[in-house]
Amino acid sequence: MQKIGVFVCHCGSNIAATVDVKKVVEMAAKEQGVFHAEDYPYMCSEAGQSRIAAAVKEKGLTGIVVCSCSPRMHEATFRKAAERAGINPYMVEIANIREHCSWIHKDMTEATEKAVILMRAAVAKVHLNAPLMAGESRVTKRALVIGGGIAGIQTAIDIADAGYKVDIVEKTPSIGGRMSQLDKTFPTLDCSACILTPKMVEAASHENITIHTWSEVEKVSGFVGNFTVDIRKKARYVNMDKCTGCGVCQEKCPSKKPLNEFNRGLNTRTAIYTPFAQAIPNVPVIDANSCIKLKTGKCGICEKFCQVGAIDYTQKDEIITEQYGAIVVATGFDTIKLDKYGEYAYNESKDVITSLELERIMNAAGPTKGHLERLSDGKAPKEIVFIQCVGSRCSDDRGKPYCSKICCMYTAKHAMLIRDKYPDTNVTVFYIDVRTPGKNFDEFYRRAVEDYGVHYIKGQVGKVMPQADGSLLVQGVDLLDNKQILKKADMVVLATAIEPNPDVRKIATMLTASIDTNNFLTEAHPKLRPVESPTAGVFLSGVCQGPKDIPETVAQAGAAAVKVIGLLAKDKLKTNPCTAKSDELLCNGCSQCANVCPYGAITYEEKLINDHGIRRTSRVAVVNGALCQGCGACTVTCPSGAMDLQGFSNRQILAEVDAICR
Amino acid sequence: MPVNNENWKPTIVAFCCNWCSYAGADLAGSSRLAYPADVKIIKVPCSCRVNPMFILRAFEKGADGVILCGCHPGDCHYSTGNYYARRRMTLLFSMLDYLGIEEGRTRVEWVSAAEGVKFSETMNSFVEKVRTLGPSVRLGDLRCKN
Repeated sequence: MQKIGVFVCHCGSNIAATVDVKKVVEMAAKEQGVFHAEDYPYMCSEAGQSRIAAAVKEKGLTGIVVCSCSPRMHEATFRKAAERAGINPYMVEIANIREHCSWIHKDMTEATEKAVILMRAAVAKVHLNAPLMAGESRVTKRALVIGGGIAGIQTAIDIADAGYKVDIVEKTPSIGGRMSQLDKTFPTLDCSACILTPKMVEAASHENITIHTWSEVEKVSGFVGNFTVDIRKKARYVNMDKCTGCGVCQEKCPSKKPLNEFNRGLNTRTAIYTPFAQAIPNVPVIDANSCIKLKTGKCGICEKFCQVGAIDYTQKDEIITEQYGAIVVATGFDTIKLDKYGEYAYNESKDVITSLELERIMNAAGPTKGHLERLSDGKAPKEIVFIQCVGSRCSDDRGKPYCSKICCMYTAKHAMLIRDKYPDTNVTVFYIDVRTPGKNFDEFYRRAVEDYGVHYIKGQVGKVMPQADGSLLVQGVDLLDNKQILKKADMVVLATAIEPNPDVRKIATMLTASIDTNNFLTEAHPKLRPVESPTAGVFLSGVCQGPKDIPETVAQAGAAAVKVIGLLAKDKLKTNPCTAKSDELLCNGCSQCANVCPYGAITYEEKLINDHGIRRTSRVAVVNGALCQGCGACTVTCPSGAMDLQGFSNRQILAEVDAICR
Repeated sequence: MPVNNENWKPTIVAFCCNWCSYAGADLAGSSRLAYPADVKIIKVPCSCRVNPMFILRAFEKGADGVILCGCHPGDCHYSTGNYYARRRMTLLFSMLDYLGIEEGRTRVEWVSAAEGVKFSETMNSFVEKVRTLGPSVRLGDLRCKN
């Protein structure tokens, strides 16, 4: 028989305003086995925790129920408090009377009744709790960063600087990511490559960093501190040890049709290519879909011209298996597809482009060598219209409900750069709101308007109509003047919404990290744990978690690195003791539990069993506590009811059911 | 057995997995998205921890509806748990229907940690459905009561 203490928290007025806490205390005191019941304004405070300790000491309590906020918030707090008071931390149960009660119900009688029932269920459960001891597991002192953009690079450098080994896995042929495609960066207008490439070089030359480009994560197993990851190193068809990066192969390659992904498909590249001049590693890859030799067996020109014999058409994909203690997701973003936005004529006219495409056009290494030209006829545009929020802040299912956050600023940047370089080109921006929260951001936008004469119109564009003379007619509305506008333009630039890299879904599934409705990875807590995933040992860096500009991405990358370092600095981790346990007297060794276990935690042993005085040898299931993650799949599968989950046992859950339904 | 009594309150047991749906319920709470107080949540580590026995027991003890919420298919924290739950519940619910516990009293719903709105909407619609069905007495009747 447990001696239980019930502690009801007011949470200021968060609970007390809708739940009659005194009534809950009164009802708790009537429950069987409850030897102590009290309420306190803030149970989680130092004073609240001391009251728990005092009650444990005074009344000799063996179990604790705290009626408070969600266990996701303060379960750990109260478990520690219990431990300090000298009882096993797993003798604590939380009745969630805030998130699941006071915050959603308005009627005090109803909410109080519900709070009492939740309290009863928790009391009923604690009666059946047993002390549990956390085991220990070792930590592999190596981190994996998935994605080699600025987020991944910064995270890797910060972890490596602290003395831990880091691997970066990047699916494209080079690290650098989206930032390497940008021409200039706001609000300072410094050149993107100039600030990024030193970081790329630093990462590549760091003794603690290994970079796997042209590689993808194939499989992840294990758990925090002990992940096993299969990485597919895609066939490059170029020997990385021999290649000197001279570039002759690319000059000579006769296959010149494939679209250049780095330039957003605005021009073409060769079948053997490095995506851009500063690529790291500076070793080309052969695109097997366009290589004549790989497709037909004829050609082999690159092999002939390669001075060092680096070309190897026989290369195959290779799977390497590595161990990691922590994994950082830094998979970044892409712009959305514009198929659903027919009104902007993106697919009809070459002169309607996305902002990222403009970025490449403005870049000296881009398809037009940095000259601002119309892609249709190569003429310099005299009238440019920018359209904001294309697919962002969208109420229907064509676009995204969120603000992409970076578009207002990069559009101001583009407008300013164009007006600076081509003063006779007029720039008009259609916007819903101009959002410039950030250091020196609003000043930057004001400069675009005041110093550079960029014409901002508050209103949306309904239609872009390509004209016979090659120009574009933009039909929009000026909300401030309350009038329709028809504007002739030579070029239209769409501030296209950003979305998480489509691959992130696959990666999240492998990592069992949760993802929100917009495919952004969910953080463990939106305010207090923004760089951790709810899955222990998995961390988030950059836009995969939500839209961000470069400074924010770098800041979050550093924060993720600190969390990883904090994990890798530990020699051992405490494991979750709520694991499955088999009752050897009941188990008949049928193997069904092992079949459903996702962790391979169950094995079978021949054991000598003392069955009520009768000794017999029997094949029984044995659970490896270090591998078991406590999902409970086996407990329901077990036909003889031998398997049970500690902390969530059949009897405990049934007791809760009974308490709720009584 | 539908009742005309407006004040009748059903007893609803909601099993929520720790990783997605319980967090979704927390989000519904912190976003103040109301749903009826009839719903009482029991936390389980994973939807696959829910033994059909728990659901039978709930009906036996007087529950009028039981709902099981887990991570979306493919998003299970334990990779495959919700698939087991889905199969088990499909079977169980059809058996319960056969026993006279109508289909509308049982439900499986996938609610992610980010779907506070969905959690609240689900609970509202489920409670509404159970209200139209009235008290569940079937499984209670099957047992000998003293």
